[in-house]
Amino acid sequence: MIEGMEQIVREHRFFADLGDDTIRLLAGCARNVVFKPGEYLFRTDEPADEFYLIRHGRVALDIVAPGRSAITFQTAGPGEIVGVSWLLPPYKWIHDARAVDLVRAIGMDARCLRDKCDADHDVGYQMMLRFVPMLVSRLQATRIQLLDIYGKQA
Amino acid sequence: MLDRPAAAPMVPKVVRVAAAQQELADVWTLNIDAGDSGFPFAPGQFNMLYAFGVGEAAISISGDPTRPERLVHTIRSVGKVSDALARLRPGDPLGLRGPYGGGWPLDAAVGSDVIIVAGGLGLAPLRPTLYRLMAERDRYGRIVILCGARSPTDILYRNELEGWRTRLDIEIEVTVDRAGRGWHGNVGVVTTLIERAAFDPAHAIAMLCGPEIMMRFAAAGLEKAGVSASSIYLSMERNMKCAIGHCGHCQFSSDFVCKDGPVATWADLRRLIVMREI
Repeated sequence: MIEGMEQIVREHRFFADLGDDTIRLLAGCARNVVFKPGEYLFRTDEPADEFYLIRHGRVALDIVAPGRSAITFQTAGPGEIVGVSWLLPPYKWIHDARAVDLVRAIGMDARCLRDKCDADHDVGYQMMLRFVPMLVSRLQATRIQLLDIYGKQA
Repeated sequence: MLDRPAAAPMVPKVVRVAAAQQELADVWTLNIDAGDSGFPFAPGQFNMLYAFGVGEAAISISGDPTRPERLVHTIRSVGKVSDALARLRPGDPLGLRGPYGGGWPLDAAVGSDVIIVAGGLGLAPLRPTLYRLMAERDRYGRIVILCGARSPTDILYRNELEGWRTRLDIEIEVTVDRAGRGWHGNVGVVTTLIERAAFDPAHAIAMLCGPEIMMRFAAAGLEKAGVSASSIYLSMERNMKCAIGHCGHCQFSSDFVCKDGPVATWADLRRLIVMREI
C-alpha cells in the first residue's frame, strides 16, 4: 500500500525530483482521495489539516463574502497543489476549495508533514523550496489580476 | 485591389462597411467591402482606419487571409476615434490606409509546435494566424492556443473558440481572471496555462498578443518552460500616427513599431520593454 503511494507521490510533478528517502517519508503522510463534482475539499475557516496534490480533475478556489455570490479567483488542475495555509499558523483555510468535476488527488496529512519537517529540517527545506516559488508565482498572478489588465484603463 | 501604401501612403481610400457585428459590450467587428480584387494581407498586419471628422487609428486585421474579399477589423471602443469606428454600420463610409507592418512568423514556424497566447482583444490580431494554421494544419507540429479574458462574458470570439475546440488536432485552453459559479472553465491569469500545455519547447514558436504586462509574464513563463527567447514573438502596441515610419510617434528605442514591427522577438524586446523612458 505504502509502496504504491510512494510511486504515486513520486510521479506527481510537484514532488518529482525528491530523493527516495523523502518520498518514502512523504508517502507516510499521504492517502488517495476522490471528490465528486460540487463537493468541497475544504471550506473557509476550517482547520488546514490536509492539503491536496491534484492528479485528475479541476478544483475551484472560491471566496465568499456576505451578501455576495461566491467568486472563483483561481482553478487548479493536474500536477498542481491545493492548499498552502497548512504551512503557517493558525493553520486555517482562508478560502473554499470546490471540485468542479470529478477530482482524484493525493491528500497530504498536514500535521503529519509539519511534524516531519520539524523533526528533519532538510525535509522542511525541501518543502519550502517547492512551496515558496509556488507562493511567489501565485502572488504575481494575483497582482496581475488586481491590475485588471483587460480593463479599459489598463 | 485597394491602394497600396507605396502609391499614396498618407491618402486614405474611401471604403464602406458591409456588415457590423457586436462581439462584446464595447467590441464590434466590421466587415469592409474590399472590392472585386480583395485586400491581400499577412496575418499580424494592421490598417489605419479613418473615422471621418474624428480621426485615424491603427487597427489590426482580424479576418481570414485566405478570404481577401472580406476585410475584417475588430474594434474596441476605448476613445473618441475607436468609439466612432465601432459605431459605424453597414453602408457607412470610412477611410482606409494599409496594410502596414510585418506579420507573424508563420513560415519560420513550419515544422514546429506553435503556441498562441492571447489576452483580451489580443486575440483579434492573432485570429488571421489561427485561420492560416488551421488551413495548413499539416505543416505544423502541435498547435496550442491559450486565451485569457477578464470574465466569461468578456471572451472574444467565444463561439468560434468553442467550434475550434471540437477539433482533435489542436489544444485550446481559455482562462478568465474571475468568475462566478456558472463558469466551469479555468480561472487565473493566462500565464498559468503555459505550465499545463503540452509542447516541445526546443521546437516551438510562440506568438503573443495582449496587454503588455501579460505578454511580459507570458514570455518569461515560456522561457522558463524552455522556449528560446528568439522563438517568442510579441505584437507591440504604440501610438501610431503616420504608420510609415515618418512621424516618430511610435518610436520604440531605435525602431518604429509601425514600420519595423509590430511583431518582434522577446530576445529583442525584453531589455527594452521594462524601460520607462521609452
